[in-house]
Amino acid sequence: MAQHVVILGNGIAGITAARHIRKRCAETRITVVSGETDHFFSRTALMYIYMGHMKYEHTKPYEDSFWAKNRIELRRGWVAKVDTAGKALVFDDGSTLAYDSLVLATGSASNKFGWPGQDLPGVQGLYSYQDLESMEANTKGIQRGVVIGGGLIGIETAEMLHSRDIPVTFLVREPSWMSNVFPAEESELINREIRQNGIDLRLGAELDRIEAGPDGRAAAVVTKDGETIPCGFVALTVGVHPNIGFLKESEIETDRGILVDDHLRTNIPDVYAAGDCVQLRQAAPGRRPVEAVWYTGRAMGQTLARTLTGEPTPYLQGRWFNSAKFFDLEWQIYGEAPATLPDGVATLCWQHAEKPLLIRINYRESDQVVTGFQVMGVRYRHDACHRWLEDGRTLRYVLENLGAANFDPEFYREYESEVVALYNSKFPEAPVQLKRRRGLTGWIRSLRAS
Amino acid sequence: MVRRTGMALFLAAFIGFLGLLTYGGFEIDDAAWSEIEQSSRWQDWHKQPFLDAIGELRGQSWSTPFGFVPAINAAIDKADEAMGDGVQFQKWDRQPYGLELARIASKSPIGGREGLFLFLTVGLACIGGLLYALPRIWLEPAGIKNNGVMFSKAKSRGWIGIGVGVFLIGLYIALYFHPAYIANWIRLTDPATRLISGNPDARASQWFFYGFLYTLSILVMGVRMMVHYRHSRYHLLRTVSIIFFQTGFAFLIPEILVALNKPWFDFKNAWPLNYTFFHGWSLDQFQNGGALGWFMLFWGIGLSLLLIPLLAAFFGKRWYCSWVCGCGGLAETLGDPYRHLSDKSLKAWKIERWLIHGVLVFAVIMTGATLANYLSEGKLLAEYTGPVQEWYGFLIGSIFAGVVGTGFYPFMGNRVWCRFGCPLAAILGIVQKYKSRFRITTNGGQCISCGNCSTYCEMGIDVRAYAQRGQNIIRASCVGCGVCAAVCPRGVLRLENGPEEGRYNEVSLLQIGDGKIDAA
Repeated sequence: MAQHVVILGNGIAGITAARHIRKRCAETRITVVSGETDHFFSRTALMYIYMGHMKYEHTKPYEDSFWAKNRIELRRGWVAKVDTAGKALVFDDGSTLAYDSLVLATGSASNKFGWPGQDLPGVQGLYSYQDLESMEANTKGIQRGVVIGGGLIGIETAEMLHSRDIPVTFLVREPSWMSNVFPAEESELINREIRQNGIDLRLGAELDRIEAGPDGRAAAVVTKDGETIPCGFVALTVGVHPNIGFLKESEIETDRGILVDDHLRTNIPDVYAAGDCVQLRQAAPGRRPVEAVWYTGRAMGQTLARTLTGEPTPYLQGRWFNSAKFFDLEWQIYGEAPATLPDGVATLCWQHAEKPLLIRINYRESDQVVTGFQVMGVRYRHDACHRWLEDGRTLRYVLENLGAANFDPEFYREYESEVVALYNSKFPEAPVQLKRRRGLTGWIRSLRAS
Repeated sequence: MVRRTGMALFLAAFIGFLGLLTYGGFEIDDAAWSEIEQSSRWQDWHKQPFLDAIGELRGQSWSTPFGFVPAINAAIDKADEAMGDGVQFQKWDRQPYGLELARIASKSPIGGREGLFLFLTVGLACIGGLLYALPRIWLEPAGIKNNGVMFSKAKSRGWIGIGVGVFLIGLYIALYFHPAYIANWIRLTDPATRLISGNPDARASQWFFYGFLYTLSILVMGVRMMVHYRHSRYHLLRTVSIIFFQTGFAFLIPEILVALNKPWFDFKNAWPLNYTFFHGWSLDQFQNGGALGWFMLFWGIGLSLLLIPLLAAFFGKRWYCSWVCGCGGLAETLGDPYRHLSDKSLKAWKIERWLIHGVLVFAVIMTGATLANYLSEGKLLAEYTGPVQEWYGFLIGSIFAGVVGTGFYPFMGNRVWCRFGCPLAAILGIVQKYKSRFRITTNGGQCISCGNCSTYCEMGIDVRAYAQRGQNIIRASCVGCGVCAAVCPRGVLRLENGPEEGRYNEVSLLQIGDGKIDAA
């Protein structure tokens, strides 16, 4: 009999695993369980539903007929616990589902840090489809929303409220937006972007408590400085943690997340985990053991599909990349560009005099080998940056060919010559000449030349 | 505030425009009758029975065109009967006759004040539209602003959208089949045609009126398009190009040619989109048009067979479909607010392939028959050519391209014709798919499957299906509007031309196990 793989969670990690198992093996019986929605949708697109850019239907990457066609069974329901001895999931209605192999891909849950009033109606995080629904209800007719916590979800929530002309106060604990992740220049660009959109951004501001109004709903936020900000809605976006509450009583070993080895195996045979809910026992140097990122979930799901179809494959934390959009400001990173430069690493950071445009290239001082690219307001070619990092190219080589990395739309102004000019002004003794202009042809030419 | 004023102005002007249809009513009084009798528009061979039949309507009046037009149609039917078998009024007689009668019998005070009324309706609507669009430059930062599109009653099939659709469908039916109903609108453009032709007695046909309105729509909505995408130089340049080709090539040059006694000719409108290019009357016109006529003939053939496919091989079909073409031009300006309404399902894609290639086959057969008939001097396919041309013109040229193509903007998106019907797009699509340097490159592994690209693809391409696998997007239907790349929040898509080798890629940057790069 074909083995039955049950995947708990229909997010990017679980669905990628399901799709790739089916790609590699026709027989395996696959069931995906979710309490959240009937079908896979793009979690990162939740904000666009609220903003009216898309409807929920648009965020589903596959047509509803896809699942039956690929014989991926879908089961809707909340799982109360995992019976590892009996190899079965137990649902909150008492029903069970037996598995041969289990993949836990349950994602994250929003953090709360025990603030007074954090459980009042009108206070919520934003992670799930249910959160979106409650935000829709909670923000009807409000005069002001307060967003607590300066992370990606925080800035997205601020943008969501702003899109409906709801005034937003944005409390950020750090002295500059996400200054624990971004270097000062980038962080300042984002501060400016937030303020330019009319958001009341409060840096270095911390939440003390949330106060209720006469109707028992959240009515005001009080900061540690004692300031009271009246509002009808409070978004608590102070990070997420692995969603593993239902595993408390199971034999599955957890810490902050579900502990897995390099093959994404838990301590229990035939139980695996992927995505946000995972904590790697051994993270790669410079990488975190819990990585709640879309791309990580996707890569883990894909890796796991191999292991589950007879080709045990270790999960590699490949070269880091990420991207986001802060209001209208786009950001991409390839490799390393941390908030503070590690010893022995130097940076070349170009900024436009007026516009929010930034190109940063980090490199080792000892051998000039490039270690990371970070761009804001400019798009760079993943393929090119990845290849240069893999090949250990020097700053000089990269600058000469920099045009080939530009991924901005046609007819956009190119700034690579200014980056090179900046370098030459710093190191006038051996000036670099920009060889490659933007575009695919430039990139292919530089591939052929190397 | 300014935006509200603009919208109010537009609405007032639009309601006024609608009101003009019936304003003043229609009457065949003595003055009108003598004008009818003296008009030089009636052909001699049926003039008398025609006048007899119309004469019976003398002294009658109607308050709306919906009473008047059926009455004159009935009169023409009567004339038909009186003439007996074999000599019947043709459709192409009825249309201008009806329009001429409606112009003469109209009691609207527009007469002699066409310019004023044109300004009060169409002119103020344009000003209102601009006042609504332009302040966004100062009110909000540049960037993608699709806030509330899905909640909009105008853009997401709400009652306003349905109303706009009904208006457009009605307008196209009137233009193609019953221009007499909109005689009062067509008259408004008399001053414009006089200005361009230099002939003080010139009268606008329904096609001049249509071209005038079409060009203005592209202009005003083109300005809106440029405001909406003002952060993107690709879209700014593309929109300027569209406006330029519509105003110059599709509108002004052909009218000036006519004023110079040359054939009406749109130098960028190529067969088979321009399906009458090889019709007998058209070929005769070129041959009788002197050196310029012969140039038009060769230019037209070269454009269809050589220039358009060749440029598509270098730049993709976009250079034509979203930079030059008039149908594309309207879709990219007036139709931009409706782009997300296109159907992205696999089923729609299947229908699209059958339909568009079916129309292409139909166009080739129709043109083949036309040419065989023409070159054999009427001997070959004598019975079939006329009906085939007529059916093509009716089904494809009028209903599909016009009534459905534009009228269905608010229901099925702005590229219904381009996607499901245009035979030129079908040819370009084949070039784009099999022999072209164009592709939309997917930027490695950066896609987050959010769906903005697919949602805002006017051609109904599920862009995300490719992007999330790291695949480049190469689809016959892609017109290269560039909006998928613009709405992408992660900088994943880039329209580009490059070597054909490796255009259809299969890898992404997902690293697996041993460090090898694996297909997603």
